[in-house]
Amino acid sequence: MGNESLSESGGPRAGVEVRLEDLRRRYSGVTALDGLSLTLAPGELVALLGPSGCGKTTAMRLVAGLEEADGGRVLFGGRDVTDLPANKRDVGMVFQAYSLFPHMTAHQNVAFGLRLHKVESDERRKRASEMLELVGLGPHAHKYAHQLSGGQQQRVALARALAIKPTVLLLDEPLSALDAKVRSRLRDEIRRVQLEIGITTLFVTHDQEEALAIADRVGVMNKGRLEQLASPTVVYSRPATPFVAEFVGLTNRLPGVVRDGAVDVRGIRLPLVQPDAKDGPAVALVRPETVSLAADPKSDLGPLVGTVIAISFLGALSRVTVDLGDVTMVAQLTTSDAGALPMGTRVRVVLRPDAVLIARDEAAAVPA
Amino acid sequence: MSKARRLKLRIFRTAVFLVIGAFFLVPLFAMFEFSTRGNSLTSPRTLDAWAQIVKVPELAKAITASLELAAITSIAMLVLILPTMVWVRLRLPTLNRVIEFICLLPLVVPAIALVVGMVPLYRWISINISDSILTLSFAYLILVMPYTYRTLDAGLAAIDLKTLTEAARSLGAGWGTVMVRVVVPNMSSAILNACILSVALVLGEFTFASLLAFENVQVAILYVSFVSAGTSIAVALASLLFTFALLLVLSFVGRPRERVAAAEEAIFTAPAQVGEWGMRA
Repeated sequence: MGNESLSESGGPRAGVEVRLEDLRRRYSGVTALDGLSLTLAPGELVALLGPSGCGKTTAMRLVAGLEEADGGRVLFGGRDVTDLPANKRDVGMVFQAYSLFPHMTAHQNVAFGLRLHKVESDERRKRASEMLELVGLGPHAHKYAHQLSGGQQQRVALARALAIKPTVLLLDEPLSALDAKVRSRLRDEIRRVQLEIGITTLFVTHDQEEALAIADRVGVMNKGRLEQLASPTVVYSRPATPFVAEFVGLTNRLPGVVRDGAVDVRGIRLPLVQPDAKDGPAVALVRPETVSLAADPKSDLGPLVGTVIAISFLGALSRVTVDLGDVTMVAQLTTSDAGALPMGTRVRVVLRPDAVLIARDEAAAVPA
Repeated sequence: MSKARRLKLRIFRTAVFLVIGAFFLVPLFAMFEFSTRGNSLTSPRTLDAWAQIVKVPELAKAITASLELAAITSIAMLVLILPTMVWVRLRLPTLNRVIEFICLLPLVVPAIALVVGMVPLYRWISINISDSILTLSFAYLILVMPYTYRTLDAGLAAIDLKTLTEAARSLGAGWGTVMVRVVVPNMSSAILNACILSVALVLGEFTFASLLAFENVQVAILYVSFVSAGTSIAVALASLLFTFALLLVLSFVGRPRERVAAAEEAIFTAPAQVGEWGMRA
């Protein structure tokens, strides 16, 4: 980054395109990243989502230059930065662990990067104060890290990362150490600041709710590969693979049989997301919100009649678990609806005829 | 706890404190007495032996040399060991055990065995490089390594080295800046401890200097004792007092920020209320 850009006052800096091309990384025989390709549009926030060990943090560290790739390229605005060291890449990064320098105040932390970029002291002070104001911590500028709460520390870290006006903002699970309420608020704050500045941002998380809430697009990773990259709505409602369906949101695994482009599940025919699926036994992945329950005390028989065995209260919604004999199903209902179905109630399960994804899990699949 | 038991405990603590204090202070007092009165308790007190410290040229030279050795050893130790430890922790963690083993090795090798091994090396150094006493700093570096390693290791374990260095790197800091502006300030107490240990060890070292035929302060004390026992005791006491003074420096110089911070935190956390963003208001 040039000093000219740093000395510009205030205004948002247009984001640049960030391209990851066929990135590969192995650790002593274990493949962490297996040919990851991904393009972030200028100013876009992409969340990489996946379980532990899926390679999402490795991908971010390769973008940051904190690790070297075994193969592939990283391009910022068309400029190849693959061989640049971390301190020359012009990225701002917020880490999962609290990373404020303990011997500096919040203000000094934010000014640290500006000093390294040789910004004059008056401008440095002004800009550090502006950034702290931006994250709502102006009155806490003189405090050391141990005098700030976890959420405040991460906001200072965000201000510090943004102060140098980086080309790309990298957020490595910055909310995972915070409690739920602060996490939710800081998540919104990060999104507000990101939109205000218009910086291209890569956000790594294992929390699906976080990824779906904050990102323009979500990339779901598994075993070093990108399984799906799409908008949060599409990832949730039209998962591309069984892994995505099961990782993002809850799914019921119901044994069924595929016939003529649809799957028969316990006597109900459901359309398929994968229209070219071959006929035969399969497991249908059904979302709990597509399942509804009707109290039916007189029914004893039928593949979709069962008993309520558990209710999980989630606030406005509740999850009701029904035992169908050979399998259990979870339905997501409003708490008032769930209240009418206490444990032990005989219920009839109704499946909404949405398109479902199937998994070829032969061991679990038995003809319906 | 009953009042009687509390009293007993207090008496026990005071007794232990007095016994241990006497254990350390009586010999020092005896040294002071001997260096100012000689053998007779009825002799008039005189500071002649202390005045001789600066008047005997060999002694003054040896003291200067020992102080220079202490400074060189401490600086060399920091320049060599600290960056190595940081690098190994960050980049080659699998070598951590190997480095630890190498650094702690001098602890289990008797000084005499080390010196015997070093004699040919020092013969070569004195012929080809320099016969200055300051070349002893090579040997002293090995001598202080186990102690400084342990101290610095504890200092490094107390900070999140990886995250702090990566944060600094992502902000544009080169490795030199990371060391000077991030690592060193966050382990200043450990570094100060390591320096004090180095200085104390070097100032008290006798075996290496004596067997390698150099005259540091401890060797000079021995020589002076042949001529003037009072002066040699005065130097020994001065050397001990100097080391104590350094320990006091450690206690006061290395702590101000923590004290201030602790005081601020005490004020900060007093009315604990959780406000918006989980702030302590």
